[in-house]
Amino acid sequence: MKVFIFLYFIGVLTVASLLHQQPTLEESMQRGKEIYTDFCVSCHLAEGEGVEGTFPPLAKSDYLMQHREASIRGVKFGQQGELVVNGQTYNGIMSPMGLEDAEIADVMNYILNSWGNQSDTIVSTEEVAEIKK
Amino acid sequence: MKNSVLFLSVFVVTLQLSCAQNIENQVNTPSKVPFTPTLLIDELQIPWGMAFLPDGSMLVTEKTGSLIHFKNGRKTPIENVPDVYNRGQGGLLDIALHPDFEKNGWIYITYSSKEGEEKGGNTALVRAQLKDNALYNKELLYKAGPNTTKGQHFGSRIEFDSEGYLYFSVGDRGNRDVNPQDIQKDCGKIYRLFPDGRIPEDNPFVNEKGAKTAIYSYGHRNPQGLAKHPETGGIWNHEHGPRGGDELNIVKKGGNYGWPVITYGINYSGTSITDKTEMNGMEQPIHYWVPSIAPSGMSFVTSENYEGYKGNLLIGSLAFQYLERLVLEGEKVVKREKLLPGLGRVRDVKEGPDGLIYVAIEGKGIYKLVPKS
Repeated sequence: MKVFIFLYFIGVLTVASLLHQQPTLEESMQRGKEIYTDFCVSCHLAEGEGVEGTFPPLAKSDYLMQHREASIRGVKFGQQGELVVNGQTYNGIMSPMGLEDAEIADVMNYILNSWGNQSDTIVSTEEVAEIKK
Repeated sequence: MKNSVLFLSVFVVTLQLSCAQNIENQVNTPSKVPFTPTLLIDELQIPWGMAFLPDGSMLVTEKTGSLIHFKNGRKTPIENVPDVYNRGQGGLLDIALHPDFEKNGWIYITYSSKEGEEKGGNTALVRAQLKDNALYNKELLYKAGPNTTKGQHFGSRIEFDSEGYLYFSVGDRGNRDVNPQDIQKDCGKIYRLFPDGRIPEDNPFVNEKGAKTAIYSYGHRNPQGLAKHPETGGIWNHEHGPRGGDELNIVKKGGNYGWPVITYGINYSGTSITDKTEMNGMEQPIHYWVPSIAPSGMSFVTSENYEGYKGNLLIGSLAFQYLERLVLEGEKVVKREKLLPGLGRVRDVKEGPDGLIYVAIEGKGIYKLVPKS
């Protein structure tokens, strides 16, 4: 019985924490969508499809999924040089956007969970703050 | 089956007809060009604007905020440059010399500035003189307001006309439903000033109550090209449309260029902004681009150095990464050509005092188009 109660509480806590995180992620994505519309859409386009050979796609992007830290660094400090995304080489330049760490976390959460992308862990302001040039 | 084939052909033809651009909207890459592009200044990140000093040296703005003096193959950073609000499309933007620079030494710069009380930034115009690799006598001539943390549409280009008036542009700052159509507000405008910052008494809205009297024309989205026509002396502008609908305009005193009431473009999401492309009291572009080339920088060719180019208009394309050559008949675009394909995002183009064309390309630097003899 004790074990059951213990497991029950663990279960409740887990569900509670999940329920708690879900709105956090959704809220972050909502703010991130506004940042995206403001700073990113003119090149990466509305569905994250990008422009082949010019602006790398964000939708279903292997680079984004496999290089989380480098992706955040790119948004934070800018990006220049060769980059292979879904088998295609890009050699462009993205200037730093001047976003605050919290805004970068929001836009990353939006990108990582839109257009077929899915990420298990939410990007936090602290995670962005720790990434250095 | 026959019917469906017929139907399909009719459908395809109709579709092609309805989507077809005018002949002027087709662009070709020529097999032969009358120049060889040569990299003159290397290792620049986002060279935004260029100016040519009388001694043959150059000033180049970098978006991130540095001003570079290029002389005898060497780059020297200029000190005491205005602090830029480095967010989104903002930064150190255009640079131009006073037409009488040799006498008065005035240099004009536009940039995104934090000046003001609200959080964020907006476009400012400053003038200063250059001495010992530093700017001094800095005077803020105009600061658009209010500040906003939005990342888009600062403009900005600077041009002088033959009578010595100064024109500069400010984009709509991402607030299209509030700014461009309201002459009591900054942004989405082309302004005209005396070179010392005073507002000309014959500006179009000086007698309108509450109007921003520096405004010369309005209803613009994000103008990043301004050039004086070498023969008529008129000021031409181009501006970024949304998805589709980039425009080439001749700037008229008091003209309303329609954004966002009329446009040939649509939202990035594919939804429509308006179903109107023209309206009484609003100016039509002399040319528009669908799809958008994302135009930046503009120069007329006045020299005979490049065979067949005299009187043409050169415009940078950020989106498709080439230099566009427009052949004109009067005010009509009769041919489009793609130059310098594949070098990178073309941010600015200028004809130098030596009659040669200089092109600023992101991630590369400044190219000089050396004529083939």
